Amino acid sequence: MPDSSPPPPRSSLSAFIQAVRAIIWKDLAAELRSRELISAMLVFSLLMILIFNFALELDTQAKASITSGVLWATFAFAGTLGFNRSMATEKDRGCLDGLLLAPVDRSAIFFGKAIGNLVFMLIVEAIILPVYSVLYNTNLIKPGLLLVILLGSVGYVAVGTLLASMAVQARTRDVLLPILLFPVAIPVLIAAVKGSGGFLEGASMADITPWLNLLVVYDVVFIAVAFMIFDYVVEE
Amino acid sequence: MHPQPRALSILNIVTPLLVLIAILVVIFYAPVEANMGRVQKIFYFHLSAAWVGMLGFGVAVVAGVAYLVTRQRKWDIAGYAAVEVSLVFFLIAIVAGSIWARRTWGTWWTWDPRLTSAAIVELVYAAYLMLRQGIEDPDRRARFGAVYAIVAFISVPITFLSIRILRTIHPDLTQGDSSGMGLTPKMVQTMLFSLFVFSFVFVDLFWHRLRLGQLVDKIEQLRLKITE
Repeated sequence: MPDSSPPPPRSSLSAFIQAVRAIIWKDLAAELRSRELISAMLVFSLLMILIFNFALELDTQAKASITSGVLWATFAFAGTLGFNRSMATEKDRGCLDGLLLAPVDRSAIFFGKAIGNLVFMLIVEAIILPVYSVLYNTNLIKPGLLLVILLGSVGYVAVGTLLASMAVQARTRDVLLPILLFPVAIPVLIAAVKGSGGFLEGASMADITPWLNLLVVYDVVFIAVAFMIFDYVVEE
Repeated sequence: MHPQPRALSILNIVTPLLVLIAILVVIFYAPVEANMGRVQKIFYFHLSAAWVGMLGFGVAVVAGVAYLVTRQRKWDIAGYAAVEVSLVFFLIAIVAGSIWARRTWGTWWTWDPRLTSAAIVELVYAAYLMLRQGIEDPDRRARFGAVYAIVAFISVPITFLSIRILRTIHPDLTQGDSSGMGLTPKMVQTMLFSLFVFSFVFVDLFWHRLRLGQLVDKIEQLRLKITE
């Protein structure tokens, strides 16, 4: 790395965690005041389900596999909306430059933004699941499904945050993120749809385990990759 | 711009000759497959084009890492050139496979996992080109290109892994199961020869594309100098 940031003053791990926590806190506090990110993601998600309702003739008998597909398509689109917005505000208000000037490890910025995005995404999912359950008279609050949603969201957010920080610096930023993100995130989306569908249909664990493994592999690999190359994305 | 290096001039003559020989070998030397008939012969170029495509995507990730480490523009030019050339070859592989599938499976396209992932690979690298087009600053474009090439290259094996879990009807060359093709020695020779020839085509095109990239780079530098 050409420009290594100065070594943090105190024990590096605790300083790192403190920096991550500060960035998450900043994002959550900003969101608490404006509520523009989550409300946009939420309304968008509800609209998506509304559209799917007419497009796919969803009813209470709708197959569990369709439900998982609808859920993940909704989460994926809502996610790109959130990632883009969260990075665009940093960029437009010059916050990103401020963050980069701070004497913290650059990867702390990545983890802070990623965990913030993850929190937003999980909040949206936590609202969408019961709403969907009520609308279609099913029960989506199952431990297995929640595990898949958590694992899937982690991987999706890791890649999404990394790519969003590139997309917002491009001229074509609003159209760019989905184009960059979807083809790379396809393994996590396939595994998440199949895993969720498996739990909803009550498939045996032997059928679901490969998908869970795939999700874990994807999460670990892409968190590591993003951790290593985020420096190159934000350096100016 | 320097005149073409001698090796490139020779390559320009050798490559078309090799391609011609490869076509003749595929038509006359390779035996006709018993079940699939003559359409099976497209397999040699299908596989070779896919191989060259993957080769170029590999070159792109190596060039990406090299760029991030050394910050030399030549690596960026190489990565961009490799993706552009490979994207074309990979498309050829998909189209050739499609023609083969039309005769053998009776359909141009199936959502077989391996076909799906080939389409995804094509889209990933199309996204790479779109990313680059969206950025004016050459250094930033090079950095982001390198980063995306790395992310893309790592995602591709995981995409392939996710297909492995689903069932596939694509003939598998590595396992001798019933759906796999039994290749006779002559077929293997033809296959290896087409791989060899396509590698030549790739090197030749890649080399030309590199030189073009250097010219583009030079123009960009000059234009920056004028505006300053």
